[in-house]
Amino acid sequence: MDILKEISEKLQLGDDEKVSVFTKQAIEEKIPPKEILDKGLIQGMDIIGAKYKVHEIFLPEVLLAAKAMHAGMAILKPMFIKEGIPSIGKVVMGTVQGDLHDIGKNLVGIMLKGAGFEVIDLGNNVSPLKFIETAKKENADVIGMSALLTTTMPVMKRVLDLLKEEDLCDRIKTIIGGAPVSEEYAKEIGADAYGYDSANAVEAVKKLVRNEK
Amino acid sequence: MRPIVRFLSDELIERIISEARDVLCNLGVEIHNKNILSMLQDYGAKVEMDRYYVLFTDEIIDRALKTVPRSFKLYDVLGNETHDFSGYNVYFTPGSAALNILDYSSKKIRKPKTGDYIRYAKVISKLNNIASQSTAFIPADVPENISDSYRLYLSLLYCEKPVVTGAFTIEAFNIMKEFQLTIRGTKDELKVKPLTIFSCCPTSPLKWSDVTSQNLVDCAHFSIPIEFISMPLSGFIAPVTLVGTLVQHTAETLSGVVISQLTNPGTPVLYGGSPAIFDVRYETTPMGAVETEMIDCAYNEIGKYLGIPTQAYISLSDSKQLDAQAGLESGVGATLAALSGINNISGPGMLDFESCQSLEKLVLDNEICGMVLHMIKGIEPKEDFPSLPRFEELKKVQHLLISEHTRKYLREVFYFPGPIIDRANRTRWQAEGSLTLLQRAHSEVEKLIKDYTPSRLPDSTKKELTKLMEKEAHHYGMERLPKKPG
Repeated sequence: MDILKEISEKLQLGDDEKVSVFTKQAIEEKIPPKEILDKGLIQGMDIIGAKYKVHEIFLPEVLLAAKAMHAGMAILKPMFIKEGIPSIGKVVMGTVQGDLHDIGKNLVGIMLKGAGFEVIDLGNNVSPLKFIETAKKENADVIGMSALLTTTMPVMKRVLDLLKEEDLCDRIKTIIGGAPVSEEYAKEIGADAYGYDSANAVEAVKKLVRNEK
Repeated sequence: MRPIVRFLSDELIERIISEARDVLCNLGVEIHNKNILSMLQDYGAKVEMDRYYVLFTDEIIDRALKTVPRSFKLYDVLGNETHDFSGYNVYFTPGSAALNILDYSSKKIRKPKTGDYIRYAKVISKLNNIASQSTAFIPADVPENISDSYRLYLSLLYCEKPVVTGAFTIEAFNIMKEFQLTIRGTKDELKVKPLTIFSCCPTSPLKWSDVTSQNLVDCAHFSIPIEFISMPLSGFIAPVTLVGTLVQHTAETLSGVVISQLTNPGTPVLYGGSPAIFDVRYETTPMGAVETEMIDCAYNEIGKYLGIPTQAYISLSDSKQLDAQAGLESGVGATLAALSGINNISGPGMLDFESCQSLEKLVLDNEICGMVLHMIKGIEPKEDFPSLPRFEELKKVQHLLISEHTRKYLREVFYFPGPIIDRANRTRWQAEGSLTLLQRAHSEVEKLIKDYTPSRLPDSTKKELTKLMEKEAHHYGMERLPKKPG
């Protein structure tokens, strides 16, 4: 079987060990890393995403596939750096200051990594300044913020205000999420996107880095 | 542990049965069928032939209770086992014999036609939580004399599931039996693998018409399973109290058990019914009333006490459309029925006092049935002990979404309803069109019809069934059967 197809299929089965083995084999066969990523790993994740959307598979299968994706990416990443190939996007994310609830944010992180994004997870209780400074330092494309409490939601706006002050809104996009957050709230505070669940957040981040609305 | 609900103590059950026997033996039953009266007379019952009256005896009641099967099975048209009516096993079947269907487009009721029946048969063939089909409504595009056999014919042609049905006349039984013999081959094979259940209804209070009692006897001769559908109406043609209604239901049902067992000992029967309280404000018989459901569950306990598998019309609604009342009444009914262990639960799809079927409601009810069937599996440990290692894993990984334990048991411990049940968050729900329950149910109906795969009954058998039906239609002045759309 075509090695890239093999990678895609093993990824869909959530078999991280086999994905590692076949990714290494593909490199040995001199297949360009970008092609391994696009036609092997991402192709597999796209199928997983589509199946998840129509409830053919459930979240555990998606997370396992994401784990396998991550295993493949770990092998490809040094090569991308070496060859100067940029990642599909870098996301700085965290739960906002005053809020310790990070389960949803973690899920989004796993899914983003699964989709091939570079993720810098700042954890929980993250101050607005930390978001901005890290994003600047890491040259991130997107800042993702999560909140579970209505009392901590306003911190998101403070991050956006800081971005405006520093005139970074064009360069760094923002996405917010969390149980009390809504699309309306995102619009109200001027965030670029809102993700209603982890899969939706990944789709939204993809659009943000492609500069789509 | 399988959860069980009970309404009656054993002492009360015994008293109700004893009172019912008293009614049967000292007040008697009116049976408008002289052959049956003669048979009962031969077994020692006191008969007044002119008044069509019979006083039962304890002896014939005991005799019947000795031979009535404690369980029986049903098989689909291909001969595969689908039902084991025993113990607390429960199965759902659509409510039967509605006069109308609720039209999705017009939101109005109308008389169903052949095309509607075929759509129904296609839908029911795809509903996993409803184990049998019933002849759910009566096609109005054929003469009345064949409206009962015609719906069975369509059911047997389009859906493999066994059928809960019934005849409207004495004559119709013959063709309905012939269909079954055509599928099974011989009378013996039909006895070994029953394909249908016939509803046979006494008339409250304490009466059997010529037609229904003869249907009962004819079924018994062919060992075709019978469900007795006694319909006392509390406060109207039955005592207002639930206990009084139960005494009457017991007497009427026992009279049917006796006739079936004396005709052919060992005839499989379901101790069933469709009683209701009588709403003295609207002069209606609410099937969704909680008291109606309590009577159903309670007579099921009496049936179980007597060792007979049971049936009830219980998971249905009196609402006129697929609204909150429809969900509420059907859901409560299905839950109580399953918790009580009613073996054959009739009702899905039905609205408006058993007079109107809705395909949209049927697919919603299929989800109710799925949830209820899942619920009665109860709660059992699944590699849960010792618990410490799992919690250590949770603390370490911070979630158990991809834990082996989760992946092993997820689909076993959770019931995942289809798209009719809305579990999306609001934004996703809006993004997908803000669809109402009715819209979701309708698109599911259309999807199931599109995905329909034809019954695997051999074409030669289908042709024979059609020949029989054509002959019967011709006999009643119909030159050609209605064209089957699609």
